[in-house]
Amino acid sequence: MLEIKNLQATIDGKEILKGIDLVIPDGEVHAIMGPNGSGKSTLSYVLAGRDGYQVTGGSAHYRGQDLLALNTEERARLGVFLAFQYPVEIPGVTGINFLKTAVNAVRRSRGESELDAMQFLKLARKKAKELGVGEEMLRRAVNTGFSGGEKKRYEALQMALLEPSLLILDETDSGLDIDALKVVSEGVVALRSPKRAMLVITHYQRILDYIIPDRVHVLAGGKIVQSGSKELAQELERTGYAQFTGQAA
Amino acid sequence: MSSALSSPAWLQSLRQTARDRLESDGLPGRRDEAWKYTDVGRLEVMAYPLAERPGSPDLTAAPASGERTQLILVNGFLHSAPAQLPAGVSLTRLQDAQEVPALLGRLLPEQGKSFATMNSALFEDGLVLQIEAHTDLEHPIELISLGQADGPPVAFHPRLLLVMGKGARATLVERHAGQGQYFSNSVAELLLAEDSCLSHYVLQDEAMTAVHLALTALRQDRGSRYQAVLVQTGGRLSRHEMLPFLEGEGASFSIEGAYVARDQQHIDNTTFVVHRAPGCQSQQVFKGVLAEASRGVFQGSVLVERTAQKTNAHQLSKALLLSDRAEMDAKPELEIYADDVKCGHGATIGDIDENALFYLRARGIDDKTARQLLINAFVAEVVESIADDSVRAAFLAALAQHLSHLEATA
Repeated sequence: MLEIKNLQATIDGKEILKGIDLVIPDGEVHAIMGPNGSGKSTLSYVLAGRDGYQVTGGSAHYRGQDLLALNTEERARLGVFLAFQYPVEIPGVTGINFLKTAVNAVRRSRGESELDAMQFLKLARKKAKELGVGEEMLRRAVNTGFSGGEKKRYEALQMALLEPSLLILDETDSGLDIDALKVVSEGVVALRSPKRAMLVITHYQRILDYIIPDRVHVLAGGKIVQSGSKELAQELERTGYAQFTGQAA
Repeated sequence: MSSALSSPAWLQSLRQTARDRLESDGLPGRRDEAWKYTDVGRLEVMAYPLAERPGSPDLTAAPASGERTQLILVNGFLHSAPAQLPAGVSLTRLQDAQEVPALLGRLLPEQGKSFATMNSALFEDGLVLQIEAHTDLEHPIELISLGQADGPPVAFHPRLLLVMGKGARATLVERHAGQGQYFSNSVAELLLAEDSCLSHYVLQDEAMTAVHLALTALRQDRGSRYQAVLVQTGGRLSRHEMLPFLEGEGASFSIEGAYVARDQQHIDNTTFVVHRAPGCQSQQVFKGVLAEASRGVFQGSVLVERTAQKTNAHQLSKALLLSDRAEMDAKPELEIYADDVKCGHGATIGDIDENALFYLRARGIDDKTARQLLINAFVAEVVESIADDSVRAAFLAALAQHLSHLEATA
C-alpha cells in the first residue's frame, strides 16, 4: 500500500505540490489526470527520489517504509518503478548490460541469487518477445536512436524483468500511436496482480481504455481536487480541465 | 653507437642533417603555438641518456602474439620478429637498407623545432615494413614498443616506415608499454598508395612514470582509406600527434581517440589534417575522462587547400571532468581555402549526465555502479570500432584497468 499524506514539494523554491493526499492499496490501479503544469510529473519524480525536488512537508510511505528517507536506488529495490515520460538515451551502455545489472541489483536486495549471463539472456529474450522488442534492441545502446514507441516498449520490458510492486506510469501514452499504446498497455495489464499497485499519470483518457483504473483523481494546482470511479475519466474527456484550473487559481 | 659505425652513407648523412638542425633550431617549447598546452621544453627527460641495447629484456608486458605478426622493440632496439613473415610483407632495418627508402622523412616538418628531428638524429633500429600491392593480410601486424629503465632513466626513439602498395589491405596494431623512468619519442611514417586500406590501432599504455611523444605522419593517395583507433592511458605526460596529408582524390581518413587520465597525468591529442585533393573525407572524434588533477589537451586543425573541393571534414572533442582540479584545453581549428566544402567542429567539456544517472538509479543500480557504467561507456564506445576481436578485447581491458583506478580513488 502506498500512503501519501499532505505531500508538499518545491523546485527552485517554487511551490509545485501543495498537499497531496492519496492512498493506493495493493492490487489497485489509480489514475491521476490533470492539465499541464498541475504537478503530475513532479509527483512521480518526488516518489522516485529525483534530485532537485525539495519536499517541504507531508509524508509518503510504501509498505510501511518512509519512501522519502530512501535514495532513488533503494526505492527501486523496494519495488517502486517509474516508467519515464521521456526515457533517457544512454549511448555506449548496451541494453543487455544495463538490464542485467539492474535485475541483479534488485535480486540481490531481495536475497535472491544473481542470474548469470546465460540465464539472464534467456529470460530477457522471452520477455522481449512477448512485448515485441526486437532482439537487436537488446544489443543496442539503451534507448539510443529508438523511436518513441520503441522507448515505451523498452520501459515495459524493464517492468517485466524487474517485477516491481508499485508502478508509476508518467504519461506513458505521450508520443505513442494506437498500436504501440496497445502493446505497452497490454504489458502493463499483464502485470496487474493483487500484490501490485499502480499509479497511471496521464493527461488524456485514452490509455485508461486499456488499463482500467479502480479510482481516478484529478490533480490541479498541486492538489487533488476531485476523486471518483473510472467514469470520472470519461467525464473529464468531455468537459476538459477548465473548471479545475479556474477553481485552483 | 655500434649501429652508427656500420650504417650506410645515406643514413649517416640523414642523421648528420638532423643533428645539425636540432642544434640550430632546438626543441619546441611553450612559446611555440603548437606546444602551448604541452610544455616539454623544461622537462628533465630531455637530458636522459640514450638507452643501450638491453641484455635480457623483460617481456611480460608483451601480450601473446596469437595469429598476429609480432615485432618487439625494447628501448628502440629490435628485439624480435618472426622468422617468416606473411606473403607480401617484408621487414628491413634502416641501417641495412643500401638506399634511402622512398619518401623517408619527407612527410615530417622540414624546418623549425621538432621532436621528429630529434628522432631522426637518434633512432636505433628504424623499421621499414613493406606490404606489396594487392596483398590482403588476414591477421594484424603488431608492433610493440617496450620501455625498460630498471636503473637510471633512459631515452629512446622508435622509428617506423610503413609502405602500403596499391590496393593492399592491412591492420597495424601499435602498443607502447614499459616500466621505470624513460622518454619515448616515436615517429611513424605511413604511405598509403592508391586504393590501399589500413586499420591502425594504437594503445599508449606506457609506465605512469614515463614521458611519451609520438608523431604519426601519413600520405594518402587516391581512394586510400585509413581508420585509426587511438587509446591513451599511460605516461605521466604524453602527446600523440597525427599529421595526415590527403593527396589523392577520394581518400578518407578517420581517427577515434579515447583517453583516461588521473593524478597529475597530462594527455595531449593533436591532429593536423591537410586536405590537398578533391572529394576527400576526414573525421576526428576524441573522448576523454579526466580525474583528479589531470589535464587533457585536444588540438585539431584542418587545412583545406584551394584544390580540395568537395572536402568533408569533421572534428569533435568530448571530455568528462570528474574533478574540480582536472583541466581540459580543446582547440579545434579550421582553415579553408576551397569554396565547396562541408566542415564542422565541436568541443564539449562536462560532467556526468544527471538524467542518465537518475535513469539508471531508478532501476535499482547504485550510484557508484551507475557512474562507472556511464564513464566506461563514454570511452569504451570508441574502442568498439576495432574490427579484430582479440585486439578490441585487449584495448578494452587496458581502459577498464585504468578506469578501475578512478573508481578506487573517487
